[in-house]
Amino acid sequence: MQTYFNTLVDTLTTHLTGDEVFLCYFNGEQSDFIRFNRAKIRQAGIVVQNYVQLELIDGKRHAIGELALSGDLSIDGSRMQQLLSDLRAKLPFLPDDPYLLYATKVQHSEKLGKNQLPNVQDSVDEILTTVQGNDFVGFYASGGIFTGFANSLGQRNWHSSYTFNLDWSFYHDKDKAVKAAYAGFQWNNEQFQSKISQSLAQLTLLKRPARTIAPGAYRVYLSPTALYEIFTLLAENSFGLKAQKSKQSALFRMLAASPQQLHSTVTLRENTLAGVAPTFQNQGFTKPDNVTLIEHGKYQSALISPRSAQEYDVITNGADSTERPCSLDLAAGHFAMQDILSELDTGVYINNLWYTNYSDLAACRITGMTRFATFWVEKGEIVAPLNVMRFDETLYHILGKNLLALTNEQEFILSSNTYERRSIDSARLPGALVDDFMFTL
Amino acid sequence: MFELLQRNFHRVVPKVDFCSLRYVEEYSENLAVRQDITQPVKTKHDSGMMITVIDKGGIGYAATSDLSETGLNNAIKNAQLWAQRTQNRTITDFSKIIMPHRSGHYTSNMTQAWSQTSLADKLTLLHDEAALAKIDDRIVDWEASLWFIQRNQLYLTNYGGEISQTHHYLLPNIIVTASQGNETQRRSLGALGYCRQGGLEVLEQIDFKGQAYQLAEQSLQLLLAPNCPNKKTTLVLDADQMLLQIHESIGHPLELDRILGDERNYAGTSFVTLNMFGNYQYGSPLLNVTFDPTHSEQLASYGFDDEGLPAEKVYVIQEGILKNPLGGTISQKRANITGTANSRANSWNRPPIDRMANLNVEPGNSSFTDMISRIEQGVFMQTNLSWSIDDSRNKFQFGCEWGQLIENGELTQVVKNPNYRGISATFWRNLIQVGNIDTFQLLGTPFCGKGEPNQSIHVGHAAPTCVFAHVDVFGGE
Repeated sequence: MQTYFNTLVDTLTTHLTGDEVFLCYFNGEQSDFIRFNRAKIRQAGIVVQNYVQLELIDGKRHAIGELALSGDLSIDGSRMQQLLSDLRAKLPFLPDDPYLLYATKVQHSEKLGKNQLPNVQDSVDEILTTVQGNDFVGFYASGGIFTGFANSLGQRNWHSSYTFNLDWSFYHDKDKAVKAAYAGFQWNNEQFQSKISQSLAQLTLLKRPARTIAPGAYRVYLSPTALYEIFTLLAENSFGLKAQKSKQSALFRMLAASPQQLHSTVTLRENTLAGVAPTFQNQGFTKPDNVTLIEHGKYQSALISPRSAQEYDVITNGADSTERPCSLDLAAGHFAMQDILSELDTGVYINNLWYTNYSDLAACRITGMTRFATFWVEKGEIVAPLNVMRFDETLYHILGKNLLALTNEQEFILSSNTYERRSIDSARLPGALVDDFMFTL
Repeated sequence: MFELLQRNFHRVVPKVDFCSLRYVEEYSENLAVRQDITQPVKTKHDSGMMITVIDKGGIGYAATSDLSETGLNNAIKNAQLWAQRTQNRTITDFSKIIMPHRSGHYTSNMTQAWSQTSLADKLTLLHDEAALAKIDDRIVDWEASLWFIQRNQLYLTNYGGEISQTHHYLLPNIIVTASQGNETQRRSLGALGYCRQGGLEVLEQIDFKGQAYQLAEQSLQLLLAPNCPNKKTTLVLDADQMLLQIHESIGHPLELDRILGDERNYAGTSFVTLNMFGNYQYGSPLLNVTFDPTHSEQLASYGFDDEGLPAEKVYVIQEGILKNPLGGTISQKRANITGTANSRANSWNRPPIDRMANLNVEPGNSSFTDMISRIEQGVFMQTNLSWSIDDSRNKFQFGCEWGQLIENGELTQVVKNPNYRGISATFWRNLIQVGNIDTFQLLGTPFCGKGEPNQSIHVGHAAPTCVFAHVDVFGGE
């Protein structure tokens, strides 16, 4: 696919006229998808999709078009040329764009993933054999993901990876279930069986009579997966320069004259080096290994797209146009994983949060639900599963004044998001022990 | 392309229990003006097909954007392979389900085609609108945008089914943000809710021009407003919040695939069970909810769903009693219950699942003025801003952009950060007034997320203004 993309782009370069420049961004995948319900298959199939986004620039005018590629060089070549003509026809009707910025220094890169994925038939056999006798519901996605960039200045970048992600739940009854995932590059049956065993052990705990707690403030442990739900919400609009400058970031009070702060143990980075996403973006800029967003609880820097860099007269750090982080890394703390229950003592052990949203964005107050295996803990012992509870709490409490400790280990979480395409977002997060976490319903 | 696919499909269709080809071609264009600067103009031309094969009980699909005969042959081979792999391992014997083999055609109504107005004129319209928003230094961000989509679909089956459908959508929006000190507030054009099928005539239908000024004024009012009070009171929801209330606490719980457990690993389950249909008191007797594909300008109107089932109006709740679930051909068979034509996919590269389409609350008899005049104490809320609900679709908390107190039968003080929470199973039983046709608005959203692999799809929700008793409302920090 890399050769195919480069051939398309090389051909297109010959069709430019005058001072025209183009930027070309490719994303494609070949994915097997299997959907399970009650340890049976509900849907299964394969999706092959390849898209190219072409941006034509002439001076300060530009327009962008995206195409689904067929895989046939002659057809796609013609369609790319037609797209180029269509974009060219738009430019006279567009004003100069004062915020246009693209990379003019050529920086090639290539990261080729090795395909070590299991045969999909073997995966199906292994999964179904292992989960028989349980109410297993889940989703398996597997295959290659390809990203490329090229411009008419000669820059070429390519990134490929071959991953699988099995995301599942074992259900006991109604909404009582254990959620887990096994993701990676190479299937290891021992690891898979171990993950399944851990899930089933938690499922046993869920069979105890469930408890309902009254609304109020509780000491809680938020697992890395639960924290990931909060950071997934924050990622949408909190860390970009545009959101911060236009006061729409949920964290904009961290930049106020009298800034709000998080706990001094909170250091958050966009850790591109440790992630699985490409290091290049749509305008051809290369991302730095790390961008420190929050350091020791204080705002440090933003993710800055080329467009925001022009608008606010700063230097871009290679963020894409959404200015969303895709490889978040929250530094580990000092509290040992094996001490979670004893440190929690009496309170709520939360494995998963669900459906978070803002109840007061300016105050970064977030509401959401507990979901899957959430337990009531007394004197360091799991006593009972908890019926779902709604929380409504500000981040300045959760990771600020009410944060007691972060675990000394991080968990690597690979996003299971498949909207439009398989996500290559990931995160490295510890767990958090939090006091006075407010449940409301 | 339609003719080529028809010819090729019927030439190579395999001898299996069921085989379909679903082709989707979509052209979209995004225009936006932010802070008086034209944003990068973006177009997208997407096209591809999905082959579905059912054979000997198994099921498989293959999606590709290679539309050649070779691409078709490969897709059929891959779909057959998956159907073989899944034999004797599926949740149901798919070969026992009689899939529709219908023929027909559907086209959106459109009187002002997108292409008939020049790019320059459309951008001028957006510049003019955006310029209305900057009325004060505290207006820190403002944007006006248009998103146009044309979608052509072809659906073919191995027993002669042949359905073609063409849809045109226009999704206009305006967002104005005001900020001062530690406070930020925003107003939008129904949070994108005024999206409809059609062309540029939609802008006249929704009175688009001039809205930016009013939204800017309101965002400034919100900056100075006190927080919404915390109390149990009467709640009045305007149509652009009813949209969300219907969607989350009626639409999703009634999706048959959720009730059957398919979504439990992602979107969630439902507090509704199969034995509730026909007898469960979902809401007060004022509540009438329809699955209604007949409003041609509503976002999710269509002639057939993506498995070829003809779309018809169905009452899902009538006089408060739960009547029918939202489930297509496969779910209906699995659950042994009647449903609706709502098996839909968001594009060629995702398989159909049970979705909402248009799910509407039917209008009642009360005028807006009469409803407000009957309320001694309450809060009026408008335009969704925040949504969160549990995985059984029961415990919810929603927030709005705009709130106003109701005191002694009149709308009075503006309040910021209006939120409310409740439980679906009891909330709708406290429906005490339903607005008449004058308060009824055709709204929708292009972003309903569900399914594995994930799909974001268009849904429509028309509703009148409604009044609910005994609701917990509250404000921000």
